[in-house]
Amino acid sequence: MKTIEELNAIREKAKATMTVREDNVDVIRVVVGMATCGIAAGARPVLNGFMEEVARRKLGNIVVSQTGCIGMCQYEPIVEVIEKDKEKVTYVRMTADRVARVVSDHLVNNNVVTEFTVGAIAK
Amino acid sequence: MYRSHVLVCGGTGCTSSNSEEIITTLEEQLVEKGLADEIKVIRTGCFGLCAIGPIMIVYPEGSFYSEVKVDDIPEIVEEHLLKGRIVKRLLYDETVETDTIKSLNETAFYKKQKRVALRNCGVINPESIEEYIALDGYQALAKCLTGLKPAEVIQIVKDSGLRGRGGGGFPTGLKWEFTAKTEADQKYVVCNADEGDPGAFMDRSVLEGDPHCIVESMTICGYAVGATEGYVYVRAEYPIAVNRLEVAIKQAKEQGLLGKNIFGSGFDFDLHIRLGAGAFVCGEETALMTSIEGNRGEPRPRPPYPAVKGLFGKPTTENNVETFANIPQIILHGAESFAAMGTEKSKGTKVFALGGNIKNTGLVEIPMGTTLREIVEEIGGGIPNGHKFKAAQTGGPSGGCIPNHLIDTPIDYDNLTAIGCMMGSGGLIVMDDTNCMVDIARFFLDFTVDESCGKCAPCRIGTKRMLEMLDKITHGTAELEDLEKLEELALYVKENSLCGLGQTAPNPVLSTMKFFKDEYIAHVVDKKCPAGVCKALLNYYIDPKKCIGCTLCARACPVDAIAGVPKGLHVIDTKKCIKCGACMDACKKVKAVSKV
Repeated sequence: MKTIEELNAIREKAKATMTVREDNVDVIRVVVGMATCGIAAGARPVLNGFMEEVARRKLGNIVVSQTGCIGMCQYEPIVEVIEKDKEKVTYVRMTADRVARVVSDHLVNNNVVTEFTVGAIAK
Repeated sequence: MYRSHVLVCGGTGCTSSNSEEIITTLEEQLVEKGLADEIKVIRTGCFGLCAIGPIMIVYPEGSFYSEVKVDDIPEIVEEHLLKGRIVKRLLYDETVETDTIKSLNETAFYKKQKRVALRNCGVINPESIEEYIALDGYQALAKCLTGLKPAEVIQIVKDSGLRGRGGGGFPTGLKWEFTAKTEADQKYVVCNADEGDPGAFMDRSVLEGDPHCIVESMTICGYAVGATEGYVYVRAEYPIAVNRLEVAIKQAKEQGLLGKNIFGSGFDFDLHIRLGAGAFVCGEETALMTSIEGNRGEPRPRPPYPAVKGLFGKPTTENNVETFANIPQIILHGAESFAAMGTEKSKGTKVFALGGNIKNTGLVEIPMGTTLREIVEEIGGGIPNGHKFKAAQTGGPSGGCIPNHLIDTPIDYDNLTAIGCMMGSGGLIVMDDTNCMVDIARFFLDFTVDESCGKCAPCRIGTKRMLEMLDKITHGTAELEDLEKLEELALYVKENSLCGLGQTAPNPVLSTMKFFKDEYIAHVVDKKCPAGVCKALLNYYIDPKKCIGCTLCARACPVDAIAGVPKGLHVIDTKKCIKCGACMDACKKVKAVSKV
């Protein structure tokens, strides 16, 4: 190793893989319902889709995680986006195809994709 | 990209309670469920809470599982990792409140801790240089080599107030300066990882959990004092630590962080490992160097000090593992931030290995000046089974005990020395009313008699004679004048031994005699052991009023010393009795057997 720049490059690259372990309250949490109902309705491709999209766009402040049954099994797969000091957004009947739009519109540009949310469906 | 990281403790404590098999099973299950690309398993160093190991943390939730068994793995994979339902029954009970789950740092064990030397233990994968670098690893080295002169590095260490964590408490910066000022064609840096105190394992944990910080720190030291070669002297009984250090050195060499022209500064540094065969005396710096040179591990007189004439006759700086572990943080965050922690003359933090009769046995790192009460009652969780705190032994066989009436003493180098104790390397053994202080002193002296290298007479003969006197006391054959002789001899050995081993060996005796004289007198005058430990001074007795003649005790007795017919009174023949206590254990319900 000859320069600090080389060291810093390794640091930044390695750091990005470790965000999941931080006790950071500022991260945006994307939580996919992965109980039996969610898995049966196709939650796994949705979860994988989020992980791939977040990795592809190198979004360091996002944690993709899973949770149990939220209680609205007819609307599965359900995805919640939880951000500090903001109201929780609940997306329902998610598919792998819808993931890219949620990531680009909501997670990157901060525009909630209203038509996918529970509010739009339950009306 | 992994959505979840599972950290499993791979320290020696958890490894011996089967964490390796847990990791293998976990990896197999993840492959089976098709989760291997989503979930990463990381083997870390010690978390500190060894009492409840094997330990596992699942991120991003931060769920802290304790006492995990191989059989629990399918449930963790199926429920938590697949479905996201935390397996509550395995959570560390301190993190669970009625309906919420607390962060680990909020629990009593971690709340008062301040982790500097242990900052990466249980946090990173010790076999990954990338993870070390991600948490600012090697930044301190870069800062030194590219922006600071050697004298400036030494000044920072001096200003920080860091003192040797191996026991003596000599100012580290001063030690470095002595070596730096000596002119020589070759100088050395030595890391003392020959941790020998019974019950102390902080150096092992640092090497196991964060080996790169020792590599980085020794390189910084080499730059500061003008040495181009370093040796780590580590005991062969620490195979995991040795292995991880080897991996770390190899990775550092591959990255050019060890070797020639590091950071283009023109500075070269190389590191070697030397395995010790486990002699206690080799933890003494001159004996350690003699051992590295390939000779029998015996101390040599000082002066000349190692800073002038050390390893292979060349100027040498020697520090222990924990001391080195503090260096990168001091360089990175400045001397002031380190000096802000601790007391006036003892700066920073100290790692203690909590052991003995205490609930949370394990490794704790606390700011200097924390009181023993806080360590025992809050961090340690108190004494189990309703017993009462009696004393705590610091410094292992070189230290002394802190009795109950001094439990509020803020712990630092000078306060401990003032009460006849010693910081030592940081073993902290808690004793309650079931421990006999004479027996404790005898135990430690037995250890030093075994470990005395035999080079000087005061230590070789003196400690042996002291042990014989203690044997007399615990057997009830001593007279009062033996106590005077014991004290006189103890002071003589302390004054006249060649090295630290002999000079400190009498400490456990002197300190227990100072604080627990009454227990010594009870052994000598009344021929009684108040705690009921010394076998020669106690007898087992069956209370005729309580005995129901169930025959359990007679059947448990291995030497047929108990006579009695069913439903009739049982009596112990004290001549035959070997005092094993089996009858007392057998009579748990009726409690007719007692020690007198």
